[in-house]
Amino acid sequence: MNNCDTWDWNAGTKLVADFSALKNKFSYIEELRASPDGERVGIIVKNDDMEFTVCTQTSEGEPEPWESGYDKVWNLRFGPDSRLSAFVSETGKWKVSTDDTPWENSYDFIWNMTFNSNGQIAVSVQKELSYCVVNNEIPWENAFSRLTGMILSPDGQKTAAVIESVTVLESEIFKFRQGCYSIAVNGDAWSHNFMNVWNPSFSKDSSHVAASVRASYGEYYIAVDGKTWDRSFSSVWEPCFSPNDNSVTAPVKKGGKWFLAKDGIILWETPYFQLWQHNYSPDGTKIAAIVSPSFGRWTIAIDNISWGINFSDCVSDIVFSPDGSRIACLFKDNGKWGVAVDGTRWDEPFDMVWPPVFSLDGLHLAAKVKKGDFYYIALNGKRLNAQYEDLESPLFSPDSSSMLIRGRKGDLFNREIISL
Amino acid sequence: MTEAKSVTETKKTEDQGILKGLEQLTPEKIESVIQQVLSDETGARLKVYVETCVHCGMCSKGCHFFLSLNDPRYSPAGKVKQTLWEIMRKKGKVSPEFIKQAATIAYTQCNMCKRCAMYCPFGLDVAYVMSVMRRICHKLGVVPLYIQDTAHSHSVTMNQMWVKDDEWIDTLMWQEEEAQDAMENLRIPLDKEGADIFYSVIGPEPKFRAQLIFQAAVIMNAAGENWTMPSMPGWDNSDMCMFTGDYEMMERLKRRHFESALNLRAKRIVMGECGHAFRSVYDVGNRALGWRMPPIEVVHAIEYYNELFENNKIKIKKKFEQPVTLHDPCNISRGRGLHEMARNIVNATCENFIEMTPNREHNYCCSAGGGVINCGPPFKNARVESGKQKAKQLFAAKAKGAEVVIAPCHNCHGGLEDIIHHYGVEMELKFFGDIIYEILELPE
Amino acid sequence: MHDYYSFFTGPFAWITFLVFIFGSGWRFYSIWQLAKKKDSAVFEYMNMKFALRSIAHWIIPFGSRSMQINPAMTVVTFMFHISLFITPLFVFGHVVLWKENFNISWFTLSNTVADLMTLIVIGSCLFFLWRRIKLADVRYLTTPMDFIILFIVAAPFVTGFWVYHQFPGFAVMTIIHIISGEIMLMAIPFTKLFHMFLFPFTRGYIGSEFGGVRMAKDW
Repeated sequence: MNNCDTWDWNAGTKLVADFSALKNKFSYIEELRASPDGERVGIIVKNDDMEFTVCTQTSEGEPEPWESGYDKVWNLRFGPDSRLSAFVSETGKWKVSTDDTPWENSYDFIWNMTFNSNGQIAVSVQKELSYCVVNNEIPWENAFSRLTGMILSPDGQKTAAVIESVTVLESEIFKFRQGCYSIAVNGDAWSHNFMNVWNPSFSKDSSHVAASVRASYGEYYIAVDGKTWDRSFSSVWEPCFSPNDNSVTAPVKKGGKWFLAKDGIILWETPYFQLWQHNYSPDGTKIAAIVSPSFGRWTIAIDNISWGINFSDCVSDIVFSPDGSRIACLFKDNGKWGVAVDGTRWDEPFDMVWPPVFSLDGLHLAAKVKKGDFYYIALNGKRLNAQYEDLESPLFSPDSSSMLIRGRKGDLFNREIISL
Repeated sequence: MTEAKSVTETKKTEDQGILKGLEQLTPEKIESVIQQVLSDETGARLKVYVETCVHCGMCSKGCHFFLSLNDPRYSPAGKVKQTLWEIMRKKGKVSPEFIKQAATIAYTQCNMCKRCAMYCPFGLDVAYVMSVMRRICHKLGVVPLYIQDTAHSHSVTMNQMWVKDDEWIDTLMWQEEEAQDAMENLRIPLDKEGADIFYSVIGPEPKFRAQLIFQAAVIMNAAGENWTMPSMPGWDNSDMCMFTGDYEMMERLKRRHFESALNLRAKRIVMGECGHAFRSVYDVGNRALGWRMPPIEVVHAIEYYNELFENNKIKIKKKFEQPVTLHDPCNISRGRGLHEMARNIVNATCENFIEMTPNREHNYCCSAGGGVINCGPPFKNARVESGKQKAKQLFAAKAKGAEVVIAPCHNCHGGLEDIIHHYGVEMELKFFGDIIYEILELPE
Repeated sequence: MHDYYSFFTGPFAWITFLVFIFGSGWRFYSIWQLAKKKDSAVFEYMNMKFALRSIAHWIIPFGSRSMQINPAMTVVTFMFHISLFITPLFVFGHVVLWKENFNISWFTLSNTVADLMTLIVIGSCLFFLWRRIKLADVRYLTTPMDFIILFIVAAPFVTGFWVYHQFPGFAVMTIIHIISGEIMLMAIPFTKLFHMFLFPFTRGYIGSEFGGVRMAKDW
């Protein structure tokens, strides 16, 4: 969790970085990233030796590149704890470097940087064509011939990934059908192999893993800790654990239509043309999902009750308010993006929208939006006047009285606190 | 009037995917799978198509298989007769031997190019009927080995070529580095949020034709685009599951691709010069997921290049000099009407353009599309033989002076390459990207 | 003889009309229901403008490339279908029956034109028969039912021609003519003759897909 209660929430604007200084200092710059608290920005640059490195700022706002330079730097990201990490390589060997401190061990390749809420990092790695996961610098004891879809548990103690548990060569289609894939948790594979495994997901208490699997072309299951549900479906989407009792729900396809099932039993009886990205309210009492009630129409269903409005192109990014009482999402209707909340759409259409953010008390909803060439903050349905060339999504103060805006106007990247 | 010779003997298939798949079949299983597909997954469309066909044979000349081989078994309706008519007449009580023949026809003797739908007075869509046959074969596990393996790759890696997560990123970085020799500070921006363009390619590009990614990167940089490519699975827009009949997997693939672009908040997806992937993203896959049209605008390379020239976003040093002809791929001309834009690009880039005939919507198929080339070596000879009509068409264009064939589709490239080689056409094959890259004036 | 005549022009004619109308209605209804249940997405893509655009290109002679490269078939098909519809509706002998029974009447064809059109239908059927036997690809597709349908269509015209010209035995032939016409009408809902009613829908659908989604021509 970002410790936002320790941040400076006094109203006002603070200059964080001058983009022109960066442009003058470096011949090569990539995109700016801002820390969650907005106090720093980071950017991949080439230093005077024409090596790739990362530049941040001194407390005075002066550009301050990392001391180490590399053959390549990518995937620059601030963790939730506002520390800055990237993948860096030297002579073909890859590491994670956090705030210019590289990991001790290097790998032949490294990707899928994953944070838990404490800012702990897990990555997928390849060494001598063997694959495993490195969590907080500690690699799995077992490696596999193929690995993908790595996830980190909420408590940071475990990692899981889809792995090739039986090596299968290209063209061995009959061996493939026997099942050569599984899930490994902290390097230990489930005892069962499947034809395919997708979408592993940890329970909120980090003690269980569920995944979508197919045992044959026509038999899709949800498997929990390696054991499948009692009945199969013609397809399934990603499973999700209830935060309350570790029961598992997943969208399942039956007779050409989609339903929501819980522990193998249909929970939502309504057949939908599509149903996915279902999610629990923070207290675990409600489930919301994106559904298509008729072909080509999209809306949100909460506990199987659809909103009265629907959209022609797309619905995405369900967001619950912290108390679970309100639900917002993004939609695209007739080619324009928008925000809808509790079954009502914001009036203004946008060229693009980012997932909206609720204040802790649930009274405010804000989103980063794009219109024309500029980014804006839209708050409770109204687009604010200030326009930005670069912008991060807004954040609210713990008492819901102020909003943090991190954005670049012209060359100046500012941290602004607005009181509501 | 075309005088077709009589029916020739069927060649025996040696494909292990089909033969071994058959070993696991019983008449009961065949019947139950067919009944399930017919009752649960098809409806009025199939029924009306089969019942409306008056057996007039007008579709014959719509099919390059028939035109090349002159055998009634290869007319579009003739293929339906050997598959779904019989199946529907016998209500699924057909033998494994029948399924063997039906699978061979559905997977390797129809390119799903839909040209015949333009020759049938009723507009009956035989490609759809063939796709139903493929669906049945998929559910029976009787699928040619090579394309089945490709579909398996999709299911594991979300790409067509078993490319591992790290290999993909590594390839992009390698191409970026190579391209930096041409343009300093050139970038292939990974996972850049809010870009105007999400550029997606097909699995064979990183695997065999990495120079195409290089060329695309140079063109994007020269045009000053705000673009990105995803580092994680979802980068591959291709879809052999659509062609094997594994629709559940097709849905999973397309969802991943669209969500990759949606999660990066890209304005639109621009894709490389591939035909079948466009069909999957623009027409088939989105519908299967319940999207009437793609949830995010999908732009084929032709439309994109045309835009570049219309908006003067790139400059050329001089026009390409060798005389060119243009092959209109089915999935983007008949599938999206991009043939006029393709001609705009030819005119903007080439000195001398010679049309092949027929052209535009009526162009002959390369014989490789629809997953046919992906069925691999066991069917290569038959595929090239069915390209005889195409070879004649190419020879005619060559006689008028054309030296280079532009084919803005990967499968067409594969198919035409084999045809050109087998029939001794001796023409050069190029993508639009090849030509544009060659004549592109790089900005200072 | 007169009893037969009364039966086939009376009760049986009514049965024929009922079978034709309700049979066709039922056929439409069942297809509609099935489409709504199983192919609901199809309706989403139906587009009147593009459907009509496609239909227009295909009901104009040589309006499509397919017709252009099959000129004989095109000429015969158009003349056949026009004659097939016009002749029974406007031939003097039929209009008289409408006048006698329902006291309604309309324009009639001159006898020479009607005769000519009848010959066109018969000739076309012979052409279709020739195609079915002679052309390998058509022969391959042809089923016994296709010959029967051809016979069902030709019969009313052959017998009508016979009756009009009062060839020997025309009295018996009159009854056969009536029965053959009734068989044809009754056969429409239950055979491939129903294609005449499905044409606007199949054509309209592919026209909508090509026009609205694929942005291409389908002719």
